[in-house]
Amino acid sequence: MSKSYLDAGETHCAIGHPKSVFWQWMLTIDHKRIGLMYAAVIFTFFFVAVFVALTMRIELFAPGAQILDGDTFNQAFTLHGVIMIFLFIIPGVPAVFGNIVMPLMIGAKDVSFPRLNWFTFWLYIFGALIALSSLWTGHGFADTGWTFYAPYSLNTNTNVVTTLVAAFILGMASILTGLNFLVTIHRLRAPGMDFFKMPLFVWGIYATAWIQLLATPVVGITLVLALLEKVFGIGIFDPSKGGDPVLFEHLFWIYSHPAVYLMILPAFGIMSEIIPTFSRREVFGYRTIALSSASIAGIGYLVWGHHLFTSGMSDLAKTIFSFLTFFVAIPTGIKFYDWVATMYKGQIHMTTPMLWALGTMVTFVIGGLTGVTIAMIGADIHLQDTYYTVAHFHYAMLGGVVFLLFAGLHYWFPLMFGRMYNEKHAKRAFWFNFIGFNMLWFPMFIAGYLGMPRRYFDYLPEFQIYHQISFFGALVFITGLIYMFTVLISAIKKGEKVGPNHWNATTLEWHLPSAPPPLENHSKVPYVDFRPYEYHHGDPVVKFNYETMQRID
Amino acid sequence: MSHEEHGHEYVPEIATARDGKQYEVQGWQGDFYGGKLGFWLFMLTEVMMFGAMFLTLTYYFSLHHDDFIEASSEFSVLLGGTNTVVLLISALTMGLGLLKMRAGDVKGAKLMIYATMILALVFLAIKGVEWTEDYHDGVFLGLPALQAGNPDSRPLGEILFFGMYFTMTGLHGFHIILGIGLMLWLLKRINAGKVTPEHHILHFNIALYWDLVHLIWVFVFPYFYMIGAGHGH
Repeated sequence: MSKSYLDAGETHCAIGHPKSVFWQWMLTIDHKRIGLMYAAVIFTFFFVAVFVALTMRIELFAPGAQILDGDTFNQAFTLHGVIMIFLFIIPGVPAVFGNIVMPLMIGAKDVSFPRLNWFTFWLYIFGALIALSSLWTGHGFADTGWTFYAPYSLNTNTNVVTTLVAAFILGMASILTGLNFLVTIHRLRAPGMDFFKMPLFVWGIYATAWIQLLATPVVGITLVLALLEKVFGIGIFDPSKGGDPVLFEHLFWIYSHPAVYLMILPAFGIMSEIIPTFSRREVFGYRTIALSSASIAGIGYLVWGHHLFTSGMSDLAKTIFSFLTFFVAIPTGIKFYDWVATMYKGQIHMTTPMLWALGTMVTFVIGGLTGVTIAMIGADIHLQDTYYTVAHFHYAMLGGVVFLLFAGLHYWFPLMFGRMYNEKHAKRAFWFNFIGFNMLWFPMFIAGYLGMPRRYFDYLPEFQIYHQISFFGALVFITGLIYMFTVLISAIKKGEKVGPNHWNATTLEWHLPSAPPPLENHSKVPYVDFRPYEYHHGDPVVKFNYETMQRID
Repeated sequence: MSHEEHGHEYVPEIATARDGKQYEVQGWQGDFYGGKLGFWLFMLTEVMMFGAMFLTLTYYFSLHHDDFIEASSEFSVLLGGTNTVVLLISALTMGLGLLKMRAGDVKGAKLMIYATMILALVFLAIKGVEWTEDYHDGVFLGLPALQAGNPDSRPLGEILFFGMYFTMTGLHGFHIILGIGLMLWLLKRINAGKVTPEHHILHFNIALYWDLVHLIWVFVFPYFYMIGAGHGH
């Protein structure tokens, strides 16, 4: 039995050659191990934020104050937002699968700067600790919402400073991840693999990396300016001192709107891997999917103003931003039609990852199209800051990004661990999640349309029914989440052993010498003169001699 | 960002196509162009960061036009101008050092790095003199003159102007200090034989960094010192 990257001693370390297994993990520069550590940390934070959300749902079960007072509720939704955005979903897919799978897909031994990758991981941990430290110090966690809007964030005496510092550090970690991936994708592709022979997940990571690199510094410096304003009171963003709070909103959303594309693009990449693999067909419209990722990243830069329709902007600017926002839906639509066309006349294998991908098609379409409705200026005046918006971005983010992250977990699980989870249970867990999710968020569209504002801990009695349906949906959803992770975690040690290409997929990460992969990935790097998803009558076209990694078909 | 494996030489792998043709595989080890590309991308993030601050500055300039001009006229163009010249010369010495390294003249390269460091220190010293004077004049972050709502307060636009001035020159000065640290590290690596005319990616990247640092100053200088120059006082 050959050794895998998970075995003791099978790693390169940033400093020295430690004997202890613990330090081998802490100091590892192996992209697969770093990806796994990210996964462990971000899912831990995910569950923390889920339970904070559950607490809010319990509070909202009936009108009036039950278990939280108004101020604590404000801190609770800020904590939920900060963890979910900065600690979970922004690192999310790139940190986990960008690290584990992307180098394997392009035939690289590691990322371009493995030591920087190690440093980035610990920078992320450092930022996370600073963010959480403010829970127990000073006047408690920030109560501004994760957007830190001025001037309230400048005046509140909760720990906004700590959270801003943390967000800045986490931003740096995100920038360095993007930088590392950009260089990796440019430099370390296997010979013969040009950009249009890359798997589509790599395209997603590539487009995302540009957003990480170019947008994050803007929010970083905005947070620094807000910090300086808070400490020295020089008036930036504070209208009573000659500053302009709307400028803060602009600078904030210049990053934070592209950030949602930063989250979704690699997730779409996962979808683009799963659909052709389990339809056993070459992906329809490869180039359009690849280029739509690039154009979403590009157009996504120019739409931030739609967050400011009610903040005071000229009508001309509103109209332009509204138009551009409609425009960004086009490349997204192209992707969806391509995926559906890929499945048409394919041999569809209803595996767990495919089930998650198909479920996401439903939830993300709802999330995406409701986004188009609030891109209309008139409708947005009515729906801004209501539960409609809350439901929209949870459908897009949770029902899009996180569902696809789960799909990816189920897809690459046999690759990462060389073992397979119990598909019967995994599918059952999917249905819990899918039904619970829709029950939790769909009523919010209605409540929001009828006027339920977001971020309120109290409400009028007529909204009670929607909150209660949501609450029961949340219970079903959380049951599904726990079920799913139990199935996966128990399979890490006890799952049935499987070979390197469990799904009969075509991309390079499935052509490794063993499962789990050895320390330095492919035994030999193949010469890539083929497209990533070549199937003929439902069978992969490209076959390798695994000794020499030469094509033998 | 140099990556030398522990003691043994890195041998690139070969990929073989169906027709038997062999292709060299690019590894992450010793990838000069990768190191360059990575650092160029990092420079891009710096441009975006300072860009956002210039945007803020420009916007507030349009809101508080007269206050900005008035506040700017208080600066000494002589000191700021001297610093600009010092920094430009340091960029020259840095570039010459890199050329010498490429040409194989390690000793000359080291001399040039020392010269750059000395010029950087001169820059910081002059900056220090300016900040100290400002402090004695009561114009500094946190002092009453730069807080709204008390008898010593400057007009709001001037507070914003000086606030941005200390923020941006402070951040720029931080980059200068970081640059000196990087140059010290570079000298150590050169002395240890890790940076050589054949493997000088670290030198290249630090020179690139220094170029950006002086380039940012070239924009900072006119924006703070020159918009009010010749306006009285």
